[in-house]
Amino acid sequence: MPDSIPSVDAVVVGAGPAGSAAATVLARQGYSVILLERGAFPGSKNMYGGVVYPRILDQLHPQWWQEAPIQRWITRRSTMVLTDTQALTVDFRSAHWGTPPYNGATAFRPDWDHWLAAKAEAEGVQLVCATTATGLLRDARDRVVGVTTDRPAGDLHAKIVIACDGVNSFLAKEAGLYGEVDAANYTVGVKETIALPKEVIDERFGVRDREGVDIEILGGTSGVNGGGFVYTNLDTLAVGVVLKLPKLGAQQLRPEQIIANLKAHAAIAPLVEGGEIKEYSAHVIPEAGLAMMPKMTGDGMLVAGDAAAMCLAAGIWLEGVNFAMASGMYAGEAAAEALAAGDTSAAGLAGYERRLHDTFVLRDHRKLRRAPALVLSDRVQHLYPHLIANTVERMFRVDNPSPKPGLRRILREERRRAGVRLRDLARDGLDGLRTFG
Amino acid sequence: MSERWPELSFEDLIGTTRFDVHERAHITVDDEICADCSTRACIVACPANLFVPTSDGGILFNYEQCFECGTCYLVCNEEGAITWTYPAGGHGVVFKRT
Repeated sequence: MPDSIPSVDAVVVGAGPAGSAAATVLARQGYSVILLERGAFPGSKNMYGGVVYPRILDQLHPQWWQEAPIQRWITRRSTMVLTDTQALTVDFRSAHWGTPPYNGATAFRPDWDHWLAAKAEAEGVQLVCATTATGLLRDARDRVVGVTTDRPAGDLHAKIVIACDGVNSFLAKEAGLYGEVDAANYTVGVKETIALPKEVIDERFGVRDREGVDIEILGGTSGVNGGGFVYTNLDTLAVGVVLKLPKLGAQQLRPEQIIANLKAHAAIAPLVEGGEIKEYSAHVIPEAGLAMMPKMTGDGMLVAGDAAAMCLAAGIWLEGVNFAMASGMYAGEAAAEALAAGDTSAAGLAGYERRLHDTFVLRDHRKLRRAPALVLSDRVQHLYPHLIANTVERMFRVDNPSPKPGLRRILREERRRAGVRLRDLARDGLDGLRTFG
Repeated sequence: MSERWPELSFEDLIGTTRFDVHERAHITVDDEICADCSTRACIVACPANLFVPTSDGGILFNYEQCFECGTCYLVCNEEGAITWTYPAGGHGVVFKRT
């Protein structure tokens, strides 16, 4: 086999947030880039809960908020703990998040990813849609030198392949960058997009104009380890659940039934009822963070975004698109560096991992490395919601003529009633402090 | 929590999602392996409800209304029972732009 002749400097596989960011950075530095997308348009395969935190875009697209296709700015964040009959909500509002430079926003991925890819095209990136990368091209020394596609005569040769091909990343697996794939590291997110008039959403959620609400829920998943969410779009709601795969597979309720149960909860039903379902969707999430990440670099190849398992699923922080955009940017920078130096081997591409380690991408993941397992653990999922809700119920219940019990007594009694051993509570508390402290 | 079923039938629910179906199936299932499977996690876990048990102990599957999420092959603990690739470029699920 002759050594291949590169037809472009870089092929980026997948026009999601990671791919478009990588392609944009490379094109700006004058390199030729093909951005491959298997969907009919960028974002057409992509779904998430619904909130993006675009701060990192200040570097890539300053003043992005003037043009980004957002639904509502998140000005109100609620964290909710549910049992079958109880709900405790911690609710925070900030006017700061409703004005530039903003913090988070709801957005539809088909809109968001389409916009980011169009920004890449404007920099000279050649976007090729409706084309699936089917495998890697390698040279005689086993270096990655391009991809095969499902187009006739569709081999694409490149000096660098950046795999941003999503959570199932067949390219990273084919390159041998992943260890054994374990279902326990994954969740599936399932949601309904429910239409309601904007005025009704404003009234139910206590917001106006472009203000929006993010509700994260612990305990509303019918006994399957995971979490729930309700997000406000402009004139739709995103209502859904995230479910740990092995736990979902080992019981009898299907995902749409678990969503139906969440929607029927007394704390959720008044928010979501009466709307028309506009779309039902699902996507797998790489949930385990650092514990599941592949090798990020090979000879002639980098992996970014969900393909590199970069979602941050840390309970109170649920982020992914920002990690995808940042890792894509850093992959683009490192690829440009390697191309300039004429060395696209793994050693020549080492700037990628250095950037990941020096920035929030891997610093957040390292700091929160214990969080995914803790948040999805059986005690946090099945015992603590009862302990918390029953404790609060006792605090606020007036038991006259009995005098009020002290908080310590309530906690002790409720801990026993919930079946939580003191030793485990102490261990989880310490774990939580070490993780989030 | 009181158990309530969706107000829509599952067919109506997934009928809200757009699919541009390709004639080639991108999922294949090995019936012989499935016949011996005791867990059958795919049946309950697939959010698109593509795997349906048959009366003779087999599994019927359909690839057409697939979210391409990967849940089925990830939960399948019988090595190689589910072979899963992406559909041909431009086909399969199309999530909506506003």
